[in-house]
Formats: sequence, structure tokens, C-alpha cells
Amino acid sequence: MDRFAVEAVQLTKHFGDTVAVDGISFSVREGECFGLLGPNGAGKSTTIRMLTCSSPVTSGQLVVSGHDVTKNPRLVKSRIGVVPQDENLDPDLPTRQNLEVYARYFGLSREVIRQRVDEQLEFFELEGKAKEKVDTLSGGMRRRLLIARALIHEPNLLVLDEPTVGLDPQARHLVWKQLRRLRERGVTQLLTTHYMDEAAQLCDRIVVLHHGKILTEGSPRSLVRDHAGERVLELRLPASERELLLGEVGDALDIEPYGDVAYVFGSEAALAPLADRVGDDQRALLRPASLEDVFLRLTGRGLVE
Amino acid sequence: MSALLTVLTVPDVSGAAVHVWQRNFDVFRRIWRTESLGIGLEPWIVIVAMGFGLGRFVELEGGESYIHFLAPGLMAMFPMFAAIFECGWGAFMRLEMHRTYEAVLTTPASVDDLVTGEILWGTSRATFNGTYILLVLLILGPWTSAIDSWWAVLILPVAVLQGFLFSSLAISFAALARAMSHFGYLFNVIVMPMFWLSGGFFPLENLPGWAQRVAWFMPLVHSVELNRAVLAGDLHWGLLIDVAWLLVGCWVFYRIALALMRRRLIV
Repeated sequence: MDRFAVEAVQLTKHFGDTVAVDGISFSVREGECFGLLGPNGAGKSTTIRMLTCSSPVTSGQLVVSGHDVTKNPRLVKSRIGVVPQDENLDPDLPTRQNLEVYARYFGLSREVIRQRVDEQLEFFELEGKAKEKVDTLSGGMRRRLLIARALIHEPNLLVLDEPTVGLDPQARHLVWKQLRRLRERGVTQLLTTHYMDEAAQLCDRIVVLHHGKILTEGSPRSLVRDHAGERVLELRLPASERELLLGEVGDALDIEPYGDVAYVFGSEAALAPLADRVGDDQRALLRPASLEDVFLRLTGRGLVE
Repeated sequence: MSALLTVLTVPDVSGAAVHVWQRNFDVFRRIWRTESLGIGLEPWIVIVAMGFGLGRFVELEGGESYIHFLAPGLMAMFPMFAAIFECGWGAFMRLEMHRTYEAVLTTPASVDDLVTGEILWGTSRATFNGTYILLVLLILGPWTSAIDSWWAVLILPVAVLQGFLFSSLAISFAALARAMSHFGYLFNVIVMPMFWLSGGFFPLENLPGWAQRVAWFMPLVHSVELNRAVLAGDLHWGLLIDVAWLLVGCWVFYRIALALMRRRLIV
């Protein structure tokens, strides 16, 4: 039987008359990396805030590491590590002391703290910066330090709210590498993101949130298969040309116009002849379907409405 | 109404409050060299300017020297400023600019731990400050004769009491403030009137009756009153009213601080 790091049942959050999270139920298995996806305002960060006990639950139940967030916030917080969306390292302290001071709040002994801080600095390749003030570190280093800080008490569950937002590609890949290594070590992770490539790279299972509700749930691969199919043809053609091209076969295909691009979903066999007919991949690009397509299909219409 | 009722509950304080205090102490240990010059110099300048400079033009009843009259007030004002800066501006920086509070709350520490640790730190700074000024006045003793009695050491518990009270008041304000500029209200509406009208610079009896009654509601008036009595070694039962005033003030403002900071941080 699976053990769960997080179990949410009919979880709801109201801010006045606004419903931010609308009765969602999901569970995170121990050892997996679980993704909460959704556009801005979908309710991801509010869910995270409830999970980290910094926002009271309006109704429903939320159990984290076996403890109810409403009844036992101190126990919940002692078992989870939190990487916030907005960086909140302590600018008055150098790198090493940032970790030490934070570790102290968990009631760890001085000896244990020294040892764990050494381990984390090494794992996140920050040893050379131990004495530097944190505002002299690069964005990528600060993000790694935030993750190191969240792991200092060896939590059951690592909660990451937009872990790579604002990072350059190299720094993102370094963070991803380290999150995958943590996954291999068996650290359960729950992350929010609106980068689809990030979710595809890291997550075993995903739920897509929209307007505070769960739209769909599954592994990245099954979501792509179920909602976007095998291949996508991106057409950047004027409407008249597009109709000419799709005219005969159009009704049989699954076409999603989105801004000035039309996305045609289907099999390799159905789409390859169309791409060949245009013969210019600037104007007709055939590529494998991705999580991004799923995301746009599921939430895109909502944004247009 | 529910905000009022939370005042009746027991604060949710654990050992993590000490770690909040420790964090501030760690930072202080890193910066005290640069800060201490300003803090260290100020009382000397004020004593020279007010006591020896201005003091020559002031005649008091019974031939009391002005610095002798001023000393109890200074010993209340400096700790007040220390507490207000630490738990007002300092707390707001950690709350809003640096988001240090948000980070602390992801650990087992509660909002009550956080606020209590901050207030204890403000209290420590105020007490440290009071101790320093006591030392300065002892050193200048031969010229100022500001300290008449061994009871003067009791200004330290007075500094603790008012340090706690002003720290609570300041952090309550930090919990309400939305921008640094809002601290202008704290300073101009609360701190400065108390500073000038607390009976530190001139005897309160010189004010009209209504103004004296208004002054009774200012916390600094009571710490100045207590300091004046212990420096002179003039202990009497009436002082218990001032002590009681400060104790009640500490509890009330502490509970207000907890309630306001919970409302600010847990949404």
C-alpha cells in the first residue's frame, strides 16, 4: 500500500467572496515528485500556503506527513522543507550562517547543524561561498541556497513554489539536476510551476489547476497522450491559405486556433503530408506533442473566455 | 470581536522565541563595531550639550543643576529609542523588505514565537542602552553628580519594563504599516510628543492641569518618574502605581502586537 506525504480532501480556501481553491482532492505518494500546474491565479500558491500552515484552511482536510495542518502546524512544519517563490534569505548574514540560523529553529544541536551545513554546502556546490554575504551570490546560487536551507532538517517532503522562476537556462538546468538527484535519494517533492518543460523534466505525476479546480491529473506522458495525442502541426499561415490547406481534410482533424497560430493535433501519418505540402517549417512545423499543448488546450480556452 | 477575544488566550510561545532572539544577537555581533560608534557617542554629546551647555541658562528650585534634573529623563529616552528603532524600523525591514519573518514561519516557530523573540531582543537592546548611559553618568559623576544613591541600579529593571513595552508598541505599528514612510506617524504622533512632554526636560508640574492628566497616559512619563526616584534614592509606595502602569502596559501592548502580527502574517 502506498504511503502518502500529502492528502488533501475537498480542500477549499476563500478570501472574502473570492474562491481561490475550490474543493480540490489529491494525494502525494512518498518518494514521488508531484507537480501542481496552472496559469497564474489558478490557486497553486494558495494551496502551498495552506500546506505550509501560513494560510488557514477554509474547509476540507489537509494532512501533511500524517499531521493535520489545522491541528498540528508545528509538527507539520517540522517535517516539511519549504522553498518559497520570493527569495527570503537573510541579507544580514553570510551564506553559512543563513543555514545555521535557520537550522536552529528546528531545535537541532550545534554539532548536527555543523555537519548538515557542511553536507548541504557541498551538495549544492556552495562551499566556496560559505563566508560571502548572500547579496553577492548569483541568482542561481541564491536559489540553490534556498533549497539547501529547506533540506537542513532532512524533511519528509520538499515543497517548492516555482523553483526556477527568473533563472537563466544554465542555472535552471543546475537546479533541475539537483532536484533529480534528491528524487533519486527518495526525497518526496511537491512543486508548482507554470513552465511545462520543468514539469515534464521533474514530475512523476501532475495535477492541472484552473480557477481553483482540478482539470486533470496523471503522469506527464499520459496527459500528453490523452489530451494532445502524438504529433502537433503548428501552422503560421494567413487564414485563407490555412483554409486552402486544410480544406479537404479539415473536418477530420482536431484544430485549435490560438492567436495567430493554429495547432493541429493528430498522428504522424495524418499530419506529415500537410507539412510536406507547405514545405517550410517556419510556416508549418511538425513536432511531438508536449505538456505545453496539454496545458494550452485545457486552460487556454478559459483565458480567452 | 474575534480579534478582541484572542487577547484572552494563552500565547503560543515555545523555545523557538529564543532562537529568534539569537538570530538578532548573531547579526548584532557582526555589526556592533560599526554601530557602537554612533550609539556610544550620542549620550556624551547630549550630556555635554544639554547638561553643560544649555544647563548654564537654567535655574531650578533649590539650586539643582540641570544635568541632575535631566539624567533620569535621558535614562528613559535612550532605551525607548533603542526599542522603537529595533522593533519598529528593524522589524518592518525583516517583515516586508527582507521577508525574514516569512522564512522563520516555515520552521516550527509560530507567529507568537517570532513576535516574542523580537520583543525580547528590543528589550535587550533597551536594557543594554540603559546600562551604558548609567555607566556614562557614573564616569561623569564628579562633574554631574547625577546619581545620588545605590538604588540607581534599579533603573535597569525600569529599562527592561519600558523596553518590553516600547518594543511591543513599535512592532504593533510595524504590523500595521504598509510602507516605511508610515513610520512618520509613529515618530511624530507617538514618540516625539512623549520625548518632549514626559517630564524629562522640565517638571510636569509646570504644565496646565489638563495637560498633566493627558501626560499620565504616556508610558514614558512613568519610566521617567521611576528613574527620578531611584536615582535620588527616594523610594516610596506611590511608585508602585508607575510600576503597575508599566506592567499592564507591557501585557496590553504585547497582546496587541501578537494579534496584529498574526493578522498580518497568517492570511
